[in-house]
Amino acid sequence: MPRIIVQHEDFDAGAELARLNADDVGGIGSFIGVVRGEGKITALHLEHYPAMTERALAKIADEAMARWPLSDCTIIHRVGTLHPGDNIVFVAAASAHRDAALRATAFLIDWLKTSAPFWKREDFVSGTSAWVAAREADEAAAAVWAN
Amino acid sequence: MKLLYFAWLREKIGLSEEDVVLPAELVSVADLVGWLSGRGAGYQAAFAQAKLVRCAIDQNFAQANSSIAGAKEIAFFPPVTGG
Repeated sequence: MPRIIVQHEDFDAGAELARLNADDVGGIGSFIGVVRGEGKITALHLEHYPAMTERALAKIADEAMARWPLSDCTIIHRVGTLHPGDNIVFVAAASAHRDAALRATAFLIDWLKTSAPFWKREDFVSGTSAWVAAREADEAAAAVWAN
Repeated sequence: MKLLYFAWLREKIGLSEEDVVLPAELVSVADLVGWLSGRGAGYQAAFAQAKLVRCAIDQNFAQANSSIAGAKEIAFFPPVTGG
């Protein structure tokens, strides 16, 4: 059963990968998203829709489980105030073979970016603040998995 | 019906949630957006760019032409930017 977590605290990627290791597993794919500062951003605020978030993430994980022969997968997304270099998101997928594990990992993060109710607001070094606009490139990456 | 607003829609409207009694003639999400836009300057600003507004009915993503009949909770928000 997919492990779905939304939390303020950081996650332990090593422990999460170890959880996915099992007798029939031949490979574990994973992706970690981190806050990119680029010398311009001082903080990132992640807002979400609590009643909907876990359900939306579970749907994405269930879709990955249906598309590839995975033994299990994990999605952890942080919310609240983060800073450059902080972890934001962890996704991982375990399978008997690497192809399914790697493809499912890419699917999980691509779909999460367009199908889970999170919103980012950035604080800049200049003292101003702005909501992050959705990127067409993210829509295009998710659309690759549409069929 | 409970309405929820997130991110810059919440800021423009000045509310994160509210309970409203809707006129019976509102059928779709688009009808609801039209009605809300007439409730004041904040609402008008929030819904001015329909292209940038997304919606969920009872925690499931919905479209402009989705029916709002029987909905308990409708949320409005910008395109998502997680990950």
